[in-house]
Amino acid sequence: MESGFLELPHTADWAVRVWAAGLPALFAAGANGMNALAGVRLGEGPRVSRVFQAEAPDAESLLVAFLSELVYAAEQENLAFDRFDIETEQQVGLYRIHARMEGAPMEAIEKPIKAVTYHNLEIISGEDGLEVEIVFDV
Amino acid sequence: MRIQDLTRISQHEWEIAVTFRHDMRVPVRIFATRELLEQVMDDKSLEQAVDAATLPGLVGRVIVMPDMHQGYGFPIGCVAATEFPQGVVSPGAIGYDINCGVRLLASGIEFEAARAKLDRLATLLNSYCPSGVGKEGIVKATLPELEKILRDGSRWALKNGFANEQDLARTEEGGCLEGADPRKISDRAKARGREQVGSLGAGNHFIEVDVVERVFDEQAAAAMGLREGCLTLMIHCGSRGLGHQVCTDYVQQFQGAVQRYGIELPDRELVCAPMDTPEGQSYLGAMRAAANFAFVNRQLLAHAARRAFEETFAGRTRNWHLSQVYDIAHNMGKIETHDVDSRRLKVCVHRKGATRAFGPGSPGLPPEYQAIGQPVIIPGSMGTASWVLTGTADSMARSFGSTCHGAGRVMSRHQAKREVRGETLRNELQSHGIQVRAGSLSGLAEEAPQAYKDVDAVVETVEAAGIARKVARLRPVAVIKG
Repeated sequence: MESGFLELPHTADWAVRVWAAGLPALFAAGANGMNALAGVRLGEGPRVSRVFQAEAPDAESLLVAFLSELVYAAEQENLAFDRFDIETEQQVGLYRIHARMEGAPMEAIEKPIKAVTYHNLEIISGEDGLEVEIVFDV
Repeated sequence: MRIQDLTRISQHEWEIAVTFRHDMRVPVRIFATRELLEQVMDDKSLEQAVDAATLPGLVGRVIVMPDMHQGYGFPIGCVAATEFPQGVVSPGAIGYDINCGVRLLASGIEFEAARAKLDRLATLLNSYCPSGVGKEGIVKATLPELEKILRDGSRWALKNGFANEQDLARTEEGGCLEGADPRKISDRAKARGREQVGSLGAGNHFIEVDVVERVFDEQAAAAMGLREGCLTLMIHCGSRGLGHQVCTDYVQQFQGAVQRYGIELPDRELVCAPMDTPEGQSYLGAMRAAANFAFVNRQLLAHAARRAFEETFAGRTRNWHLSQVYDIAHNMGKIETHDVDSRRLKVCVHRKGATRAFGPGSPGLPPEYQAIGQPVIIPGSMGTASWVLTGTADSMARSFGSTCHGAGRVMSRHQAKREVRGETLRNELQSHGIQVRAGSLSGLAEEAPQAYKDVDAVVETVEAAGIARKVARLRPVAVIKG
């Protein structure tokens, strides 16, 4: 299953449907979807690498934590990331992420995303892989 | 949800019975005409209101305003009261932009005398009031200074020369919520806030110069200093990244709290904790501190706007000073006392996209507003109109002292950008005599008037329903947006 994202209609904020074969690719597709919605354009300056690690009691909370990290980097450091090497690990009641991210300072951002919500957030497992709908506050 | 699922109470009121869904704890009361209601039947406003009606500790009814639209968790335009202290507080029911609100200042500057100077005024406002994506604020606060802002709110601004006594007297809670606890705010939230004190941001936030087009209540308008044909200044913004981070942090933390307290909810965005628990107390302290940040934010922008007015009008126009009418939040949780089902109860009123609208004689109002009730400021969509209203005895009795907060969106941002070109809109507004300064033309297009309901219809509805009273209609003549 290819990973991807599609913007969904929402009256006041933004929503995106994201799909992928597995959790790491789903997280990366979510980040790419978020960048696309926000109209992020990376500058041509030096590339920046970061590692993000977190744990959470469920995959949805881990997804919110991961995307919230990107919101923070965009607002505070003017950084956005476009390459992700993500590993996730699942134990009973505990999900972990180890993400190596590569990006650059932003040349422009059309409309910043201010927060990642839990609204109806549920990662659904189907025959072809995983799917989730994410609503962002803008 | 279909209109047939609602019971029509009157021309302006509808109810969703508590039996509509098994997990509802109270009914939902909607203030809307049939036309306004039909505009939201395709989105999820009412389903979200039903979700809101499942919070533990709710009393009375969940209230929905005529400017409602789909949000996340709670709909926008919703009021819910939970009994203090055992009921819950829900960060998602207050929103990410804690104490997003509106400030209105009045002047004695006559529009006709000012018309030729509006171009310069708009340029100066745009120059002195930082706006746009991630923009740095008027003040770069050190961490100790930020903590004073979070604790003391507008008192910090008064002490540091950014406010006068009347500004504070004419701000909700004097611009400082007691019980604010900066220690309950994360380092990350403080980092987002430190450089944004006194900044407008982007999105639907704006500064607007209006002219008082028509006065409906002479006594109230006189008390507020509003004169027909004179200029006013409106500031609409909130707690910027700091507030968003506070809400993000607590929605994440409360995912565990609902499990600890055995609370079942239909949507994880509605997570909550009883107010008498460490988690509930912690959020209340953080939320109040973020609210204080927002009061200071609008106060600093008002200070900068006064400078722009002075440089434009001093020595050229009489009565150019800006005096505060009021500053009021529309995203906040407050502990208040209300009569509910013949009982006098202390409750936490969650207002998300709804304005506090205290009636005449309510405690906390300055003496000059005791007889008329609390000023309510309703920003409209660009190029249409904004309104000044007052709270009423009916708003106290029927909507937990609350009313609408704006026009309310009907069109997604994406659709608005598809249908409206920012440049065309700017030219149209300017051809109608409205000066526009916008950091982003696509951002301007998202906020096009056609993306919103008719603000006049919203205001007519709340007045007809009795939960606010019209004072004055304002017409925009200059808009500054990020």
